Amino acid sequence: MDKHLLSAADLTAADITRVLDTAAHLAKVTDRAIKKVPTLRGRTVCNLFFEDSTRTRISFELAAKRLSADVINFSAKGSSVSKGESLKDTAITLEAMGVDAIVIRHGASGAPWRLAEWVEAVVVNAGDGTHEHPTQALLDLYTMRQRFPGFDGLKVAIVGDVLHSRVARSNVLALTTMGAEVTLVAPPTLLPARVETWGTAVSYDLDAVLPKQDVVMMLRVQLERQRAGFFPSLREYARLYGLDARRLDAMADHAIVMHPGPMNRGVEIAAEVADSLERSVIADQVANGISVRMALLYLLLGGPEVTA
Amino acid sequence: MTKLLLHGGRLVDPASGHDGTADVLVADGRVAEVGPGLDGTGAEVVDCGGLVVCPGLVDLHVHLREPGREDAETIETGSRAAALGGYTAVCPMPNTDPVADNAGVVEMVAARGREVGLVDVFPVGAVTLGQRGSELAELGAMARSAARVDCFSDDGRPIREARLLRLALEYARAFDAVIADHAEDASLTDGAQMHEGEVSAMLGLAGWPAAAEEMVVARDLLLAELTGGRLHLCHVSTAGAVELVRAARARGVRVTAEAAPHHFSLTDEAARSYDPVFKVNPPLREKADVEAVRQGLADGTLDAIATDHAPHAREDKEVEWATAPPGMLGLETALAVTVTDLVEGGYLDLATAVERITAGPARCRRVPGHGGPVAPGAPANLAVFDPAATWTVDRAGLASRARNTPFHGRELRGRVVHTLLRGDFTVRDGRATR
Repeated sequence: MDKHLLSAADLTAADITRVLDTAAHLAKVTDRAIKKVPTLRGRTVCNLFFEDSTRTRISFELAAKRLSADVINFSAKGSSVSKGESLKDTAITLEAMGVDAIVIRHGASGAPWRLAEWVEAVVVNAGDGTHEHPTQALLDLYTMRQRFPGFDGLKVAIVGDVLHSRVARSNVLALTTMGAEVTLVAPPTLLPARVETWGTAVSYDLDAVLPKQDVVMMLRVQLERQRAGFFPSLREYARLYGLDARRLDAMADHAIVMHPGPMNRGVEIAAEVADSLERSVIADQVANGISVRMALLYLLLGGPEVTA
Repeated sequence: MTKLLLHGGRLVDPASGHDGTADVLVADGRVAEVGPGLDGTGAEVVDCGGLVVCPGLVDLHVHLREPGREDAETIETGSRAAALGGYTAVCPMPNTDPVADNAGVVEMVAARGREVGLVDVFPVGAVTLGQRGSELAELGAMARSAARVDCFSDDGRPIREARLLRLALEYARAFDAVIADHAEDASLTDGAQMHEGEVSAMLGLAGWPAAAEEMVVARDLLLAELTGGRLHLCHVSTAGAVELVRAARARGVRVTAEAAPHHFSLTDEAARSYDPVFKVNPPLREKADVEAVRQGLADGTLDAIATDHAPHAREDKEVEWATAPPGMLGLETALAVTVTDLVEGGYLDLATAVERITAGPARCRRVPGHGGPVAPGAPANLAVFDPAATWTVDRAGLASRARNTPFHGRELRGRVVHTLLRGDFTVRDGRATR
């Protein structure tokens, strides 16, 4: 593995497998009464969040704390950043404080790449703009692997605003690396330019795609996209691309529903689908996020080899 | 009487069609004689063996940032960078603070250029007040000012309203002035960060589609045709735009066009680093566009190489990609990039390449005394360069106040040895004389 985790594209199939295997071992920690191991004692992890994302921040924070790392949370709000301090100066400051890893969430695509140029610390991309969110992809793959024997030939549909979705980009990269067959489903206005070069199938018709899938991953659709004219109304979006009970019935019996959260119930996913105990693995995704992030911090910060 | 003999060089003078070994005798700032084996008695002899002697380079499109952003560049530092690049004439764009939309500012820029005295500075005036695109600036006042402006542009932004561009093209005819447009349909580029294509999609950066340039180029050409006005197209960057210009010229539209070195040497792949030194407007395009721009320069569809030299303060570029302003340096590398990618690359012969960076731009607007011909009586505005010398671009060594060159670390061929402005060395042996 590279020094940093910036993009899912930087991970080989062996890297991904190693992360998932390590996560599986570390998940056992979470099942204990005392959910903590001393592996990263004395190491400092900084959560540098320029965007509000309570769930991702908490997930990283718990992951680091369960490995006994010291955690500092640096949020853009109420910090010097809001007084106009540049990312570079923030980076220099954190570096001077001797942090070992920086977990960065930033609204600008590519911000983690800039940060990695300016610091010696390990950089973990926790979501950059409309670009990537590699740890989300890894926890999604982990969740799929809990339900399916492997990725080779696994049929995964990613449905919704692919154009602006960092979750979609990282998942496409990781899933195609692992040999899954990905289909992107969206209105043409929400698909990126030259999407045909992504090595996935593309469809505008959710109903045609659904019955063939093992995994259906719904993406959050943001209200502002409707205001920007990418689609006419949320009602029409829900009608064409929302996963409701009727569409759930059209899925294969073994197929699962995923969502990276936070959900817009009633838009891209109906409440009864989100809460479906048989099909929805959305709560598992959240739980698995901690184990996968523990594994990443562990591997990137050079913890000892985990043995079975 | 000071005399200088440029001896034994290959004189490439596109305006006269001369390309061959010839001496150039300079006396009192003017070309006194041109020909083989000139008598150097009483003259300082400068050996130009193995070197190319040509008219001083002319840049139709630079940003010198003065007044307003003297921390990024000044007329002095920009002039020095230009001289080191072989230039003797530059045309600074009006997007300064205050905007050069009146006689006062263009006269100040021209006067400051004269005071510095390293290149001749021919300011471009704004087309609209404050470059806001709503009402015409006083083009007549600028044309009749001491700066004698004959080229107007809202560069940095397009003239959005077709009606306003039409009026500008018509009105400028009274002064035989050129309207230079930055072709960009702003409704298609709202929030755009880079060229729209495979790379932008993967990088999650909002795309600037080629069509946004091409539809405005098409509109501009139609309005030039309608009005009979003189249109100049800034930084043509797409294959489709080159083709539109080619077709318009074929039917006799009065249009000239320029291309920037970065658009014939770099592609959108450079954005993968997320280093905003590669962020520019119009953006770096794809391989096929680079190829088309090269072909356009080769067949004369594009008249001129213009740098769009856009200095930015270091702190403005050392940020996230989306936060950084677009623009890159060009003056000190343009000739070498031209020699390396166009001449060595086999697209243009040396004489044609020299044309596109001297006589070609001098045809697009009035730059009296520049662009050749190198003939007796003409001001001795000359560049001497070594077409075979290789050098590695080092941003730390640039004369520009800014450091945002996209060519840092690249090995280039073609090095400026001397630059003369009215017979005075502004650059000698590769160093600025002052």
